[in-house]
Formats: sequence, C-alpha cells, structure tokens
Amino acid sequence: MIEILVPILTMAVLGFMFSVGLVLAYKKLKVEENPKIAAVNESLPQANCGACGFSGCRAFAEAVVSGKAEVSGCPVGGADTANQVASILGVDAVEVIKKVARLHCRGTLDAAQSRGIYQGIPTCHAAHLVGGNKQCSFGCMGYGDCVRACQFDALYMGENGLPVVREENCTACGKCVDACPRNLFELHPLDQEILVFCRSEDRGPLARKLCKNACIACGICARACPEAIEMENYLAKITDFKKIDPEKIPEIEKCPTDAIGRIHKNDEG
Amino acid sequence: MELAAIFISAVLVQNFVLYYFLGICPFLGVSKRIDSAVSMGLAVTFVMTITAVVSWLINNLILIPYGLDYLQIVSFILVIASLVQLVEMFIRKISPPLYQALGIYLPLITTNCAIMGLALIAALNEYSFVETVIFGFGSGLGFTLAIVLMAGIREQLDLADVPKPLKGAGIALIVAGIMALAFNGFLGMIQ
Repeated sequence: MIEILVPILTMAVLGFMFSVGLVLAYKKLKVEENPKIAAVNESLPQANCGACGFSGCRAFAEAVVSGKAEVSGCPVGGADTANQVASILGVDAVEVIKKVARLHCRGTLDAAQSRGIYQGIPTCHAAHLVGGNKQCSFGCMGYGDCVRACQFDALYMGENGLPVVREENCTACGKCVDACPRNLFELHPLDQEILVFCRSEDRGPLARKLCKNACIACGICARACPEAIEMENYLAKITDFKKIDPEKIPEIEKCPTDAIGRIHKNDEG
Repeated sequence: MELAAIFISAVLVQNFVLYYFLGICPFLGVSKRIDSAVSMGLAVTFVMTITAVVSWLINNLILIPYGLDYLQIVSFILVIASLVQLVEMFIRKISPPLYQALGIYLPLITTNCAIMGLALIAALNEYSFVETVIFGFGSGLGFTLAIVLMAGIREQLDLADVPKPLKGAGIALIVAGIMALAFNGFLGMIQ
C-alpha cells in the first residue's frame, strides 16, 4: 500500500507546489487585455478560414479592435456579424453586400471542343500541366479542384462539366479562387449581375472554333456601354460594374456567344 | 577543469541539436529570422538552466532519497510544463511583439525533447549541483548557437538560387545535416 501512496503523494505535493507558484506568478504578470477583443472574437464564425486576410478569427478580432481592419471585414459572417461587431465597438453598422464566387467560363461539355481523352490524375492541376482536356487553354477543365477546396459545400459539379456555385452557401472565403489553376473564379458582389463568362485571350476566330461560348472580341458590348466595358487581350472586361446603365443590358446581351451577360439570364428565359 | 570540459562539451561537442538531434522542431520552425532565433534561443536557455536546477533539486532531494527514481520522467515533465508557463507569462508581459513572433513555438518548448533530454542526461551522468547548472546553461547556449547560425544561413538562403524542389524545408534540412557534420568535427576535443 505504501508503495502506491508515496509516489501519489509526492506527485500531488509537487504538482500543488508548482500550481501555487504559477498562480502567484500569474497574479504578478497578468496582462490586461481589451475585453472587446474577446467579445468581437465570440461574435465571429470561428471558421478560422483566413478569408479576412488575418491568421484566424482571433487575429481578426484584435485587428478590428485596434482599428486595423474594417468592421465588415469578415466575409464568412456577412452582414449579421458585421452588425454585431459594430455594436460591440459602438460604431455605426455598415451596409455589407455579400460577395460570392463566380466562375468565369461557360465552356460546357457541349460548347467547348475536346482535345482528346485525358487519363492522368483526375485533378485540374495535373490536367493543366499537360494542357488540359479541352482545346481552349483558358477554360474550365471540370476536374473539381474548386469543389474539393470548398469548406462550405457551396460548389458542386454540374452535369454540363462546370462547377456550380450555391450562392446561399458561398461565404466568399476565396479558397476556390486559389484552387483553380486557371484562375477562373473571382469574388463579385452578389448584386453584380453582368459578368464576362470567358477568360480566353485567343483571337476571335480561333476562340470561336475552340468554344461556342467564348468571347470572340467582337466588341458589341464595349460599344454598347463604353463607360464600363472595354476590350483587352481579345477579351471583354468590365471595368466598373456600377456604371452599367440597366437600360443598356439588352444591348450588352446581344453578345453572339453569350460570353457576357446576366448570370441568371438562362433561369428567367 | 572538469566544469570547463562539461561546458565546452555541452555547447559545442555534444550540442543538443546537432549531436543528439533533440529539439529539431523549434530549430527548423523559428530559424527564419535571426532576431526571433536569438530570442527563442534565450527562452530555451532560460528554461534549460532553471529546469536543470529544479530537476536536480527534485531528483536529489526527493526522488533518490526515497527510492522514487522511476518518477523522474513524470516529475521532470511537471517541472518543464510549469516553467514554460512561467516564461510564457513573462514574455507576454515584457514584450508582446516577441510573444507574437515566437507564436506557437513558445508553448511548444514544453514538448521540446531537448529540455527533457537535458534533465534526464544530467540525472544519468550523476552530475553535482554546480555541474548540472553549468551543463544546463551550456546546453542552452549550444541550442542558441545552433539556431542562430541556422537562421543566419537561412536568411542568406532566401536570396540564393535554390533548385525548385529543394526550396523551403528541403534545403533547410540539408543545411542542418551539413552543420551537424561540421559540429562532429569537435568530437576529438573532449576525450
């Protein structure tokens, strides 16, 4: 019996001595921290995804409290979180427009010409190394690196071979933007309807040959709305969405290949 | 003379990182910049010296007299964990930027096998109290020396044209290996 009691007592006494020492030291060395940091931290989603640009939710909370980050800097939490954080800090809530990821390619299995059968490792990064499975070297290859990167179940692979964004789940964390070897994803405000759905910098005739939905750089959209759309590298580019006059949308949508237009046009018609 | 031999041996010849290969985690993790490497080295030196003292006291005043040698590992873990907590509180109070720079590697000193190794090797060699203190302090200095040298090399490596597959951890491990070979050259010093 004594053989068991002695070590137990020894360890207990040692542990007690050290803990008393630590408690005393803690009282001496306690660091006063702004209580707002903890409050802000609690109102954050705790996804620790890094989409705000800081290393985790706590770092973001510290940055907000010290004024280095915007109240609305957490894209995952969106407007609710921004309002909570704003009320903790006692500043006016700001209007936050939710951002979502958008795919800039409409090269579906029907539209884009196939280059052959790819039998390598089924990831976009691997396929990209050998030029991809489609003749267009700018478009989506459809092996779903983005779908696997998404933590929020906001992406799935559609039947037409292109990933589809579930807007309600998308938090604009930007993982898919990084995952795509061809940089086909971009984060846009949810209310930005008009987008360019092509990244091909091939010249018009070639681009059209490779994909039915490619931007052929005809310039119809840029002529319809020169203040917001311009042509660059044989590709239409929206320079400032806010300047697009809603009345000009039908003009813009005269695009012969559907490479620019409203994102939900197909659903309505 | 004996003390000098123990000191030199701990710093150079039987360097914890490059001879025993203990404490590799902070050695690679915090050796990207010289200034944080220096402070990491000093933190480890502090913890090592105090650990050596406290573990010697516990070992020789409590464990050995009562025949409890088998509690060495458990009680040394207790000593190390408490000391690291203390150092962490201290650094946080004194220098928040340093606390940020050391990051996760500061609490990880707790699980740094170099410190556990120090306590156990000192107990194994049956050093006297003064010898243990010298051994602990020298080991800490040896760790500091190794990590600061490594940080200096790695700062230069950032500018060097390293082959792509070897960038980052690969070249760091190769450098560590070459440094260990070089330090093995000290082996003849202590007979």
